[in-house]
Amino acid sequence: MDFATFLIQCLNALQYGLLLFLVASGLTLIFGIMGVINLAHGSFYMIGAYMAYALAPAVSAIFGGEFFSTLAVGLVLSVILGYVLEWAFFSYLYEREHLQQVLMTYGLILVFEELRSMLVGDDVHGVTVPEWLNGSFALNEVMSYPVYRLFMSGVCLLLAIGMWFVFTRTRLGMMIRAGTSNREMVQSLGIDITLLYRIVFAIGVALAVFAGMIAAPVSSVYPGMGNSVLIICFVVVVIGGIGSIKGALLAALLIGLVDTFGNVLLPQAAGVLVYVLMALILLWRPNGLFKD
Amino acid sequence: MRHPTSFVLIFFGLLALWPVMSGSYGADLVAKIMIYALLALSLELLVGSTGLVCFGQAAFFGIGAYAAILLSPIDGSAPSLWLSLLSAIALASVYALAVGALSLRTQGVYFIMVTLAFSQMAYYVVHDTPLGGGTDGIYMYVKPTWGWVDLDKPAHMYGLIWLSLLMGFLFFSQLLRSPFGRALAGIRVNEQRMKATGFSVYPYKLAAFTLSGAMAGWAGYLFAIKDGFVNPELLSWHLSGAVLVMIILGGLGHMRGALLGAFAFALLQELFQSEAVFGNYAKHWHLSLGLAIMACVAFMPHGLVALPAQLRERLSGRKNHKASAAALEEQA
Amino acid sequence: MQKRTVLISAAAFAVIAATTNTWAQAHPQSKLKVGFMLPATGTFASLGTAIDNGFRLYVAEQGGKIAGREVEYVRVDDESDPSKATDNVNKLIKRDNVDVIVGTVHSGVAMAMAKAAKESGTLLIVPNAGAAAVTGAMCAPNIFRSSFSNWQPGYAMGEVAAKKGHKRIVTITWKYAAGDEAVKGFKESFEKNGGTVVKELNLPFPNVEFQALLTEIAATKPDAVFTFFAGGGAVKFVKDYAAAGLKKNIPLYGSGFLTDGTLEAQGADADGLLTTLHYADNLNSKRDQNFRLAYAKTYKLQPDVYAVQGYDAGQILGIGLNATKGDAKNIQGFAQAVRAAKIDSPRGTFTISKNHNPVQDIYLRKVVGKENVMDSIASKALADPGLGCKM
Repeated sequence: MDFATFLIQCLNALQYGLLLFLVASGLTLIFGIMGVINLAHGSFYMIGAYMAYALAPAVSAIFGGEFFSTLAVGLVLSVILGYVLEWAFFSYLYEREHLQQVLMTYGLILVFEELRSMLVGDDVHGVTVPEWLNGSFALNEVMSYPVYRLFMSGVCLLLAIGMWFVFTRTRLGMMIRAGTSNREMVQSLGIDITLLYRIVFAIGVALAVFAGMIAAPVSSVYPGMGNSVLIICFVVVVIGGIGSIKGALLAALLIGLVDTFGNVLLPQAAGVLVYVLMALILLWRPNGLFKD
Repeated sequence: MRHPTSFVLIFFGLLALWPVMSGSYGADLVAKIMIYALLALSLELLVGSTGLVCFGQAAFFGIGAYAAILLSPIDGSAPSLWLSLLSAIALASVYALAVGALSLRTQGVYFIMVTLAFSQMAYYVVHDTPLGGGTDGIYMYVKPTWGWVDLDKPAHMYGLIWLSLLMGFLFFSQLLRSPFGRALAGIRVNEQRMKATGFSVYPYKLAAFTLSGAMAGWAGYLFAIKDGFVNPELLSWHLSGAVLVMIILGGLGHMRGALLGAFAFALLQELFQSEAVFGNYAKHWHLSLGLAIMACVAFMPHGLVALPAQLRERLSGRKNHKASAAALEEQA
Repeated sequence: MQKRTVLISAAAFAVIAATTNTWAQAHPQSKLKVGFMLPATGTFASLGTAIDNGFRLYVAEQGGKIAGREVEYVRVDDESDPSKATDNVNKLIKRDNVDVIVGTVHSGVAMAMAKAAKESGTLLIVPNAGAAAVTGAMCAPNIFRSSFSNWQPGYAMGEVAAKKGHKRIVTITWKYAAGDEAVKGFKESFEKNGGTVVKELNLPFPNVEFQALLTEIAATKPDAVFTFFAGGGAVKFVKDYAAAGLKKNIPLYGSGFLTDGTLEAQGADADGLLTTLHYADNLNSKRDQNFRLAYAKTYKLQPDVYAVQGYDAGQILGIGLNATKGDAKNIQGFAQAVRAAKIDSPRGTFTISKNHNPVQDIYLRKVVGKENVMDSIASKALADPGLGCKM
């Protein structure tokens, strides 16, 4: 592999890792703060992608503009969805054991997939992006890099910085971090833990939905897309340390590297490599890279 | 369990009579469910009795299944039942020992994820390398033999599976009543306390993990020789998740729960897919199944096994402390 | 405790009995029971629907009867899951006692069905799965295929690529039977005609992260690329290929599934792509036009190759049963009639080879707008070699 190709592969790894981070960050928040194992997280990603496809015509009719307005509308809807879901289902799960959460969210996956099938159908769809994002720029005489992928990486990076800012510099972030460390204490300090959980859950869902929406033009929209994302997300969260955003970022980037180079250098072992990585890291650091 | 023998007699008795009452399809179906019930039992030993939530049970199941096919003689002659069964169990146990030895160094949710990781590794080895025959699986054309037992006859196959389930159930019930079983219960209830009393918990957990893997391998072996066909999906996390769902549905902490859960889960799927009952909506059975599972979590938090006690409470109007406490402590 | 257990167990067994036993049939011979084993959920659900629609259209055109017997349908959702395949097909064979099984899309499931059908002797018509084994190692007098074998479109494209003067080609596909067989077919004819496949790239099914491999392709600088992908993977691959700038410099050829049912999602990135398949969107034969019109009128959808395959499965059933006067157990008579028949299909006329796979024209198609327009016939009356079939 020559140096130019190596650099391009690194760029691929970075982009994949950053997208993974976006999806996984929602999961680590929900998992870390609320202690809820949410198997339906992949379904939120799928909902995001389908929203990008299904809402586009309606949004352009009402608001004009297509892609960015759909993103904005989708974001608002996802926050509402997260809020309502938490209130309707997940609030019952906090006192229950992990296993009942597993069961409940397993049922949710089935429900979401089938609802999607009944409402939007089973075909594969594409999502168009605005012209100025649609090109590619040449890296060498044969290969170009799509502008949209750079845009995606940029957005993920911005969000990562935004999250860091919120968590380290705002009151909300402080409450969230406190909630991860010691739930009861936060409650006894007079902070409305129910509201906090609802907000955190809504943010977590919004992150996954948003990731699905911006990934949709690249990954296209098809049934079962949530499933493949789910397990990798859990791997990211666990490697990074549950509840740790910077851990999720590092883990996602690591996985991006391993996956990308694995696919090229050892295609037969590519699938296994990520799990070998996880097993090795957990055996070295049983609580993940950064225990918050 | 207040009357263990009566449960065993009724449950296994009904199962033994079933092929006589039902058609060939019904017997086939129940045979398959019994295999899943054996798998569920193996997971129950880990999750319900020792408190170790393993999300990788399908790996041992799949290894047992693939061993059945990969270890059969190349020339196409029929392998000996005992030899191939024992080799399949041995292989599954070895992998379980290795996975357990490494995973038991982690705790809680990390333990869950490490077991998942090892199961995914096995899945990818079978899925991506020529060893496993790839994503379309491998076929077996000759069933193992043992004396007069002819596994091509459905009755004999059903009998073998029924016997395996019975033996597995009895073995585990006895195991849980033994000092070993008591130690596992202690570990489940409060591991720190066990350690404080001088018990070294690691060997017990490892032994439980390996035994559980062995039993899962046995179930996998039965699956392979029944269908004559294995594929990588037998090791996927979807199956690990489904088994977990089965034992939670049935009720954790009870061997009966594993059996009931396996039957309930499989029957619910059959019910919701049945066009006779649901007509055109049968194709949306995923929705009905999902809703049913969620309803179970909401209304039966302790699983099906605790349903009689729950109903009793509701009907009597007041908490019957003795009965519910006893019900929750029953082991089999 | 015992009483409750008994009651609950009895209730459970009643439920099993209700859902597993068929109710007694008054006239076993009169109604023809067709068992569909197709995906109703998952990635291939829309293909399952198309096949179902196509088949039913044929039966409707015959007035709801085949060989004088009224057709009755039973459906089982195979979820494209090979591990449940044996149980699902047994539902049709043992519980519902169907006369003929029609299915399925996924090759792994189809192979389990073929094994079960071979053992029970039930008629099986495969309306999609292209695995070579179904009409190869697993062939049987009661197993037919109305679609294609993975090898056929690949082989046809190999000849096309060689004729275009390409010498060095890279192939890329998923590592599973369909991908492997398509590439094998392509390699066979391409190398026979003087080309070389310099690299065979693959990734595990159903992985869709292509970036790393696209970079590999760029680094290898071949004359062209041959690929097999289907469904969501096909959409993503075509878009990624174009976005990586490879489409301009390195022509992309594919087995027809690359652009079938995926053009709406692929948009401009698919323009001009050449693929080979046994069907195209503008064949303009009377037969095809009538079919497309009838299909669109009945289902308010445009038909695709899967609908045609479903329709032709119906035709094969009709030909066979008309010859045996409606007796679905007369496999000899059925097979004899089908082997001798010329099937007038919307795709053109085709025959069934002695290992029961279609011998058909493979068209070279070009993507123009939202259609796969027929460019020429890439390979006339191409027959799958049927390796391993002992019939």
